[in-house]
Amino acid sequence: MLVEQRISHIHEYTIGAPIQAIKSTTSDLRARPRIHERLIKLLLLLCGAISILTTIGLVAILGQESLSFFTRVSWEDSNKQIVVDLSATAVDNILKVSQSGAVIDSEVIRLDDEELRVISIEGDTITVERGYNNTEIAPHRAGIDIYTADTVSLIEFFTGTEWSPQVGKFGVLPLVNATLMTSFIAMLVAIPLGMGAAIYMSEYARPKVRAVIKPVLEILAGIPTVVFGFFALTFMTPLLRSIFGIHNVEIFNTASAGIVVGLLITPLISSMAEDALSAVPQSLREASYGLGATRLETTIKVVLPAATSGIIAAFIVAISRAIGETMIVAIAAGSGPNFTFNPFAAAETMTGHIARISGGDLSYDSIDYNSIFAIGMTLFMMTFALNMFSRRVIARFREQY
Amino acid sequence: MAAVQKPLNPKSVVTGLAVELRNVSVFYSDYRAVANVSLPIRRNKITAFIGPSGCGKSTVLRSINRMNDLVSGARVEGEIIYNGHNLYAPHVDPVEVRRRIGMVFQKPNPFPKSIFDNVAYAPRLLGIRDRNTLMQIVERSLRQAALWDEVKSDLNKSGLALSGGQQQRLCIARAIAVEPDVILMDEPASALDPIATQRIEELMRELQEHYTIVIVTHNMQQAQRVSDYTAFFNIRKAVQNGVETRWGELVEYGETAQVFNAPRQEETADYIAGRFG
Repeated sequence: MLVEQRISHIHEYTIGAPIQAIKSTTSDLRARPRIHERLIKLLLLLCGAISILTTIGLVAILGQESLSFFTRVSWEDSNKQIVVDLSATAVDNILKVSQSGAVIDSEVIRLDDEELRVISIEGDTITVERGYNNTEIAPHRAGIDIYTADTVSLIEFFTGTEWSPQVGKFGVLPLVNATLMTSFIAMLVAIPLGMGAAIYMSEYARPKVRAVIKPVLEILAGIPTVVFGFFALTFMTPLLRSIFGIHNVEIFNTASAGIVVGLLITPLISSMAEDALSAVPQSLREASYGLGATRLETTIKVVLPAATSGIIAAFIVAISRAIGETMIVAIAAGSGPNFTFNPFAAAETMTGHIARISGGDLSYDSIDYNSIFAIGMTLFMMTFALNMFSRRVIARFREQY
Repeated sequence: MAAVQKPLNPKSVVTGLAVELRNVSVFYSDYRAVANVSLPIRRNKITAFIGPSGCGKSTVLRSINRMNDLVSGARVEGEIIYNGHNLYAPHVDPVEVRRRIGMVFQKPNPFPKSIFDNVAYAPRLLGIRDRNTLMQIVERSLRQAALWDEVKSDLNKSGLALSGGQQQRLCIARAIAVEPDVILMDEPASALDPIATQRIEELMRELQEHYTIVIVTHNMQQAQRVSDYTAFFNIRKAVQNGVETRWGELVEYGETAQVFNAPRQEETADYIAGRFG
């Protein structure tokens, strides 16, 4: 072949013996088999795939278990009785019921062990379909109670203000409220501290100072959260109590937990925001200084707006972390759902509740077991919504440079 | 503020000098980048700084509005006289200096804001809030920068949506919005195509009526076309204790026609003829 001839021609001019490796690269222009490269590519793909699959699996389990929470049937005595005997034949499908008791509003009712589907209700006459859900059609005597099927509705779940599964109260609001309160307090602490540190490091500190401060702040983020939890309980709470009065501040309270969660996520904000600020081109700062702006004016009017998207991303990551933070709130915020807006009162957050409930002896398929998945799903939805929201905000406020 | 100080040398005001450099040396920590530059910058004239890379012409330019202060370890010796005041006197605030001596950079660097906000940036720093006043300033500046007709209908468009040449004219409009005395231009056309370059050069000639301009350029034709006075800088080398040090020095200053047609120094002649650099 022409190519081979040319290459061997080149070899004649190489000094000494041609190196074998060079020869093998040039003798044939066809691609050599690159098995290791394909293998690595496959491996890398696998890494991505595993994390995506894990996420999908997580969401699937969450979804499945919370679905069984919302479809779980509990029978409630309506205190209404049938007043006429019912025979064991499917055609005997008209019930005469007593005036007393609760209004029947469920689709399925139960007499003894037989389930009946309600077709229509007219006054005290109910037309039913016998033997629903493959239950056996049995005779029923007058005077027995009618049980109604009760499921947790989404409306009850999201608007109820009391959470005690044992007595059938399934309002998630007290838990959500406590989570939002600790997260809000945390952001109140972390945004000023984190942004202050970020602006100092990026705009004011000399490189040597920054090289020390940044890693130290990041070490703070590496402290186990259980340590932060005890810090909240043994330092922050007494501090709050000495400032605001021992009678005003409960031992467990959302303020203390929130402040310490804020300290935990401060390095997250400062580190990410500092990256965003440092990524703003020096030429923009020079332009501003060249126009007679001071350092502060340059920071506020040029650097911060140009870094907005990165800074908001930092906030979102931080707030997601605050919402999901468990150990600090489990230790310091209180154990027991409490719908309150008082930051000095004890209130259990979603994560704290899940940790406490699942920590004890929790029997599989109990209402508690199902309920923690429903809470988990709510938690997931919240952070997911935040993520989606932040993407929009970032796209909206981006000052591209 | 500088204005309340008694002028040190009223003579330079009457002699038509906007700025005068006296024995200026610029140091980065212990390293002397430029040595002993003495140079007049004449009012309402265009002065070009030329020379090979590393000769310190940009460094000297940046020392005129104290931009070098932003580099940690940078230090200036000697005097730069502006309006009879030494810009490096202890009481002088570099922020005030930069309001009077504006700057246009090599790469167009509009803020990621609207055209209006770009031009209104410096006036706002001075506390001008009134929308009508700002609008007048923006229009006047854009007109002076020969950009008004192209952008008047979409002042709310991002400055970054403009072409490179338009961006650079926007930067010029932004610099002249507060009517500085002197505009420093650090290779303002080196990132632009020939047509955009031509527009910038024409613009400089128009701006000369109101402003004193100092331009650093690598392009000798540009210096010849556009400037009234030319300063040629070159690199000096010395070996001390086996270590070679380099610094920049002013070789020749004069009217542009003289520097290019009848250079007094052989070095200048060699550089202009393209024998080095």
